[in-house]
Amino acid sequence: MKNFDLNSIRKDFPTLFQSVNGKPLVYLDNAATTHKPQVVLDAISDYYRNFNANPHRGAHYLGVTATDMYENARETVQKFVNAKSTREIIFTKNASEALNLIAYSYGMSLIEEGDEIVICISEHHSNIVPWQQVAKHKKATLKYLYINPSFTLDMDEVYSKITDKTKLVSIAQMSNVLGTIYPVKEIAEYAHGMGAKIVVDAAQSIPHMKVDVQDINADFMVFSGHKMLGPMGIGVLYGKEELLEMMPPFLMGGDMIEYVEEQSTTYAQLPQKFEAGTPNVGGAVGLAAAIGYLKELGIEEIHKHERKLTSYALSRLKELPYVKVYGPEQLDQRGAVISFHMDGCHPHDVASIVDTYGVALRAGHHCAQPLMKYLQAPATSRVSFYFYNTINEVDILIDSLKQVRKWLGHGA
Amino acid sequence: MELESIYTDLILEHSQSSHNKRHLDHADWCERGHNPSCGDDILLELKWKDNIVEEAAFTGSGCAISQASTSMMIDLINGKSVEEAKHLADTFLAMIKKIITEDSDLEVLEDAMAFKNISNMPARVKCAVLAWHTLNEALKNKKVNEKI
Repeated sequence: MKNFDLNSIRKDFPTLFQSVNGKPLVYLDNAATTHKPQVVLDAISDYYRNFNANPHRGAHYLGVTATDMYENARETVQKFVNAKSTREIIFTKNASEALNLIAYSYGMSLIEEGDEIVICISEHHSNIVPWQQVAKHKKATLKYLYINPSFTLDMDEVYSKITDKTKLVSIAQMSNVLGTIYPVKEIAEYAHGMGAKIVVDAAQSIPHMKVDVQDINADFMVFSGHKMLGPMGIGVLYGKEELLEMMPPFLMGGDMIEYVEEQSTTYAQLPQKFEAGTPNVGGAVGLAAAIGYLKELGIEEIHKHERKLTSYALSRLKELPYVKVYGPEQLDQRGAVISFHMDGCHPHDVASIVDTYGVALRAGHHCAQPLMKYLQAPATSRVSFYFYNTINEVDILIDSLKQVRKWLGHGA
Repeated sequence: MELESIYTDLILEHSQSSHNKRHLDHADWCERGHNPSCGDDILLELKWKDNIVEEAAFTGSGCAISQASTSMMIDLINGKSVEEAKHLADTFLAMIKKIITEDSDLEVLEDAMAFKNISNMPARVKCAVLAWHTLNEALKNKKVNEKI
């Protein structure tokens, strides 16, 4: 394990060292995407410079090597999430595509009229819209788990909403708006008791904490590479083998077939059955390098540092009487995402003004419009940390927020 | 980019002023304008008298830039003919796109000239133009309705 030395860690990330509007970049939009360490950039570049061939086809040297690299990346992911087999790991372009795959393949064929699908009110649009489509087409009911005033989920809400009619529960392990970490293991246990399957959206959680699919007993789990140091355009669907076996393919085409006749086709074995077309080998190789980097750093060390940053940021935000935080106060119930509203300052103005101080944060509805409506907040500002952020950057954030108030004519 | 050129006193004053922010008693036309990616959401209400915009007002929520731009637009179009209002919207949008750059050609926009530099802040252009696109939609719909 690497020594957790922030200065040397930051040096691994070339994009962090730049100035924005004449100020050093303070990147606090990691829930949207993270920056990439040199080892990831090198792995992608190495693949395209030295190998680059279409995997699973042909017998030439480069083709065989590209296949090995792609399948090794799959094995790295399998071990990272503790799946039983590489047949349970499907590469997609991102978490959204993985959720769509489940909705269209599993949902459209196995959910029936009168069945219930249960999701949480804090889901990202990617974990809402596909289920709305399934519910509409299959005449099923889409039900929501509502959070309590402390921005967490009561198990009583789970017990009352998940019933023997529930076929599927789909929930993010960590909210991209509130930072709330949901007890997916307990929810999975209850859902299974009711005969339902559970999808865990780990897009926000897996960059920051250990996600063990067997420990959670998730039926499906999805995440995106780019939120955990990997490149954009590569994501993962984990599914229990027996479920993936019974599901029809999602996308049809090359690489997912066994025999193609004029009028019929038999499909390839898992995982190829769900990977039509030339796959993103460079992306998979980059993701494997990102996993390698995270493992070397140690997910526990990452968690410890992010907890320190979150705790400090929450206490500094408390000093500002005009700031309201949307999210749990207890550190063990939340991750390093903090959404807030500044009285008299619209989040778009906040984001534009702090940008001139070099601070990158996110403003808006964060792809969670039903949650914003539920919270009666039209938009919020959001800061989200990763392990390369520093305490000093939190101080710069707070100073720039004070400037926002001045610019918008509210004094400090 | 200079914040001074965007968050001017004039824009702040308009964004905080509520003189155009209300419902009309008997609006002839309501047009909703929405920036789905960021959440600015306005409802523009218009009352015609023949071919004249007799009264305009708006409700909704958004950032300082979207609110100020809407308020300035309403000040400008009150009492103007439909053709004049359309011309003002087109002039404003042409100013944003830097198609019209001469101050003398932009003077008709009065306070709304304050947004001349908004394209230096590309992420905020959509906030500034929301009201004007909404007005254009409303005028287009008025025309369609009259034909029916």
